[in-house]
Amino acid sequence: MSKPVEVNDDNFDQMVLQVKTPVLVDFWADWCGPCRMVAPIVEELAGEYEGRVSFTKLDVAQNPKTASKYGIMSIPSLVIFKDGNLVSNLVGFRPKADLKRSLDDVLG
Amino acid sequence: MGDREYDVIIIGGGPAGLAAGLYAARARLRSLLLERVAAGGWIVNAELVENYLGFPQGISGPELAGLMDEQAKKYGLEVLLAEVIGLKLEGKRKVIKTAEGDFTARTVIIASGSDRVKLDVPGEEEFTGRGVAYCAICDAAFFRDVPVAVVGGGNAAIGDAMYLSKFAARVTVLHRRQQLRATSILQERAFAEPKIEFRWNTVVAVIEGGAKVERLRLRNVRNGEESTLDVPGIFIALGSTPNTGYLKDSLPLDTRGAIITNEKMETGVPGIFAAGDIRANSIRQVVAATGDGATAAVYAEKFIAE
Repeated sequence: MSKPVEVNDDNFDQMVLQVKTPVLVDFWADWCGPCRMVAPIVEELAGEYEGRVSFTKLDVAQNPKTASKYGIMSIPSLVIFKDGNLVSNLVGFRPKADLKRSLDDVLG
Repeated sequence: MGDREYDVIIIGGGPAGLAAGLYAARARLRSLLLERVAAGGWIVNAELVENYLGFPQGISGPELAGLMDEQAKKYGLEVLLAEVIGLKLEGKRKVIKTAEGDFTARTVIIASGSDRVKLDVPGEEEFTGRGVAYCAICDAAFFRDVPVAVVGGGNAAIGDAMYLSKFAARVTVLHRRQQLRATSILQERAFAEPKIEFRWNTVVAVIEGGAKVERLRLRNVRNGEESTLDVPGIFIALGSTPNTGYLKDSLPLDTRGAIITNEKMETGVPGIFAAGDIRANSIRQVVAATGDGATAAVYAEKFIAE
């Protein structure tokens, strides 16, 4: 199981937008119960998709600029970026199968 | 017994399912709990649970969920994250179909709770995550110093309105009836909160906006009068509906789709029990759900012994 990497307002460009593989960003905050529920599923997926998708997480409380830039108004939001563009946004906690479907769609 | 055969399979990992799992595991039954998303259930959305005995200062929903999960697993309950898609009978054995393959059991305890009720109006789906929200605790911080609306009149809606009043400039509660359904103590708090206002007999007809929610079109159900409310956020707290879609035709349900049980939590099918919010006439409280779960597990054990 590999842990998603913490990203922030300062390194978002380098860690997410400039990355060659698709990048999943888990927008979360510590006050959000469903975010805590989703975290272990994201960790499992990070292991299953290792090398194909890069997994990151962004704390919206500490990094309001990025959250606001992408119009995040509900968490958890699991957002997939590809070639610097937002290509998928799953809002709220969802079954693992839904998340896998989104990742597979993006990977084509 | 094969790898995928159990004495008891519990569907759902909220308080009812975890209590059933705790009792079943301590009875040394081979027990598996199947959960769709993650253990905890609805209470993870509760800021503070004040009516579950043993926590006089209250306890946060996620914290209580975590403790229940830990306690249930301590005695050997297996937990698997897998969505159940069907249940069928093969003689006395119950076959449970999941996204991770089939499992069989001698008894089943259905504790898959409820799904949230959607508003079901134009704009709801389109603006979900862009101003339409279902978790006040998660999303209140995105609506600092702006006005928001809350739809509903039960405990969830009033709890949400109270929580949002700490962040938002104003909270308008939209309720289709003339009075609230919420517990009296919650009503008293909400009426005393100057930031909360109420619009009675009012329903949302349409949610409108551009990139994000901008306004709601409202309708008064008494006189048909229409109005608009300019808000960037709408929190939907209409309660829940029993999550029994995957059980259609296999068990007796009431008109709401809830499972009918007797006082032993037995359903219309021998060896299949139900517990918690999914039962007909459930009061949908943690304290009741845990009691149901324990009862179901005890009678499941008796059923196996007979």
